[in-house]
Amino acid sequence: MDMGFVLTQAISQAIGVTAIIYLLATMGLNIQFGYTGLLNFGQIAFVAVGSYAIGVFMVQWQGSAFVPNLWVAIIYALLLSVVLALILGVPTLRLRADYLAIVTIAAGEIIRLVFKSTDALGGAQGINGKMGEEFYAINPFPQQDRFDFGPLSYTRNDVWVVTVGWVVIALLLLLTWALMRSPWGRVLKGIREDEDAVRSLGKSTYLRKMQALILGGIFGTIGGIFWAVAKQSVQPDSFVPAFTFFCYTILILGGAARVMGPVIGALIFWFLLVFIEQFLLLLIDNGTITFLEPTQVGPIRFILVGVGLMLLMIFRPQGILGDKKELALDAR
Amino acid sequence: MHRGITRIVLVLVGFIAAGLLGFGPAQAEGASITAVVTGADKSPVSGVTVNVTNAEGFTGSAETDAEGLATIEVPEPGKYTATVDVATLPIGVEIKGGPERSINVLQGDKKALFPVVPAGEGGDSGGSDSGGILAGITVERVLQLIVDGIILSLIIALGALGLSLIFGTTGLSNFAHGELITLGAFTTLVLNTTLGLNLLIAAPIGIVISAALWGWGQNQILWKPLRKRGTGLIAAMIVSIGLGIALRYTILFFFGGSPVSYAQFAGQPGIDLGPIFVTPKAIVLSIIAVLFLVASVAWLKGSRLGKATRAVSDNPALASASGVNVERVISVVWVLGALLAAYAGVFLGMTQNVVWTMGQFLLLTLFAAVVLGGLGTISGAILGSFVVGITVQLSTLIVPPELKTASALFLMIVLLLIRPQGLLGRPERVG
Repeated sequence: MDMGFVLTQAISQAIGVTAIIYLLATMGLNIQFGYTGLLNFGQIAFVAVGSYAIGVFMVQWQGSAFVPNLWVAIIYALLLSVVLALILGVPTLRLRADYLAIVTIAAGEIIRLVFKSTDALGGAQGINGKMGEEFYAINPFPQQDRFDFGPLSYTRNDVWVVTVGWVVIALLLLLTWALMRSPWGRVLKGIREDEDAVRSLGKSTYLRKMQALILGGIFGTIGGIFWAVAKQSVQPDSFVPAFTFFCYTILILGGAARVMGPVIGALIFWFLLVFIEQFLLLLIDNGTITFLEPTQVGPIRFILVGVGLMLLMIFRPQGILGDKKELALDAR
Repeated sequence: MHRGITRIVLVLVGFIAAGLLGFGPAQAEGASITAVVTGADKSPVSGVTVNVTNAEGFTGSAETDAEGLATIEVPEPGKYTATVDVATLPIGVEIKGGPERSINVLQGDKKALFPVVPAGEGGDSGGSDSGGILAGITVERVLQLIVDGIILSLIIALGALGLSLIFGTTGLSNFAHGELITLGAFTTLVLNTTLGLNLLIAAPIGIVISAALWGWGQNQILWKPLRKRGTGLIAAMIVSIGLGIALRYTILFFFGGSPVSYAQFAGQPGIDLGPIFVTPKAIVLSIIAVLFLVASVAWLKGSRLGKATRAVSDNPALASASGVNVERVISVVWVLGALLAAYAGVFLGMTQNVVWTMGQFLLLTLFAAVVLGGLGTISGAILGSFVVGITVQLSTLIVPPELKTASALFLMIVLLLIRPQGLLGRPERVG
């Protein structure tokens, strides 16, 4: 273990699978919270639906005529995401921001607990098994054990997963950029700034908020699908509310209501998190720090996230890229 | 701006100092799982077979010794399932919460607790051998669940009243309120186990310290300056989420993840009151909780400062113009909120155990209670707590026990559809 290893770990995590999952969910949150001002604290519910749809369809219902292959399962996952957004949105989108926050976080927990206690959906053990064989079968990279990019080294499957992940992210960023400069996107920003004004112009704010919730939810679900395919395992206790709060930290760090905000946020967030963790482990390993045990490094990560979120929200709510005037957040 | 940073640094330094009072980190060694099988009075149950498996096909087995412990070495850290072989249990008892535990071994030895209770009193038993969940509805069970529900309701009410008052006076949806409960329990734990004070002395001191430090101090250091800066309510809500995460993991950092008990009253045997089974400590704690709640409500309804508090909840600007010192009222509300939450933490710690996630798990239930009763109303928070607490316990009659919290959250969402202002809230536009 040396400094080079620490840096390599940090870089590979910052562009790796976990960062991609969080980034996709955060890009969805950017549409809901950044552009539209919807305080969705239950983004994890959409991620869970994506992951579980793949897990259940590909492993539990293996070989059923209803789900012939992974691609059909992905389509079902996206449809389920829309259904979830409708179920969540119909009762809550008329409510004030703080009610929306409480209801969405509650809905996320209900979904996790239902998954956890239903044996047909894997129960407390979750679902483990081959979930993405079709995806790995079309891997175009040449047959070799490892791929080296400078100090970074990937397995053949990892290269494929990470490449597809970033291509999907690029396409969705393009979509976000195009949508947000369209009249539709301007209405969303109008809702965030002054919902009554938009309503008085004859726009249905309820409908637009629902569309934003659905679109952001689909982004989260794509993150969930990616999770199941890349990790080949779906565990109910991975889908805790803390995931959504991490996404908020990433979003606010990068800059809400900016197309590239989540990307910058996710890269920096994961680089710093892994760098600090590995650096502390290095110092413990070579005896520089003696007052910490390796098991205590995990909590330090979370303490830093919590303190970081507080400091960002207090001193720089617009993050790195954002515009402070555009984000004068307040309860409506 | 720099003063703000200094304050936050000071808080963190305070935490580190508190932790250095004597909590060493857990020892790392080869991974293993220790099953602890104990009866109602913490008496060990020996000769019980415990099996450990994982998804990769590992199986291990051991029998509990004279101390009720069975240690199974596992090959590597990871997720395991420990199951008590119910056939080896003494006749007429069962494992509270079902015979199966999911265990995530991170490093070293991980304990899995298997409390043995007389059959039928498992409360939230997994019910694998009782022939389905619906089969178990009996008058005794319903009565027992109602009693459990009332005890839970009191704990919820202690937290919800503070949450509701803070929301009413400052508009803050405090997502770090659960941590006030955890901090209260742990402050008492430090006094009780580190400084060796008897719990009867440690608990009142711990609660007062919590009210001063975590209530008044938190408001002074964090929320008062934020109000002065004109931080928006949504921004403040997100700050409270960050604070909650930071506090929770700071507690984990210093105290470790395994549940612990106070030095006294830990394994108190229960008593049978006709069909109901309850521990004496739960009765005493409940009576004190009722006194706390009645005193708080009487104070809010009757005293000058209490009236001022309700005036600020109603309309801060008007209250301020009428000569009410709004900041003083808010300080008092934080002290009261932290005091009640700290008592809830001690209550929970004495009847269950003290663990870093105790407040986090309760937080959404608190919100459900407050929203059900009507955000910002005093009697609504208490009524909502009882509806939620009893619903949570009674719901285990028809849904799996893991879903009992979900049933309260579901009830909240349904009520919001029908009556968005809550049971006792005034009808006003919330959307």
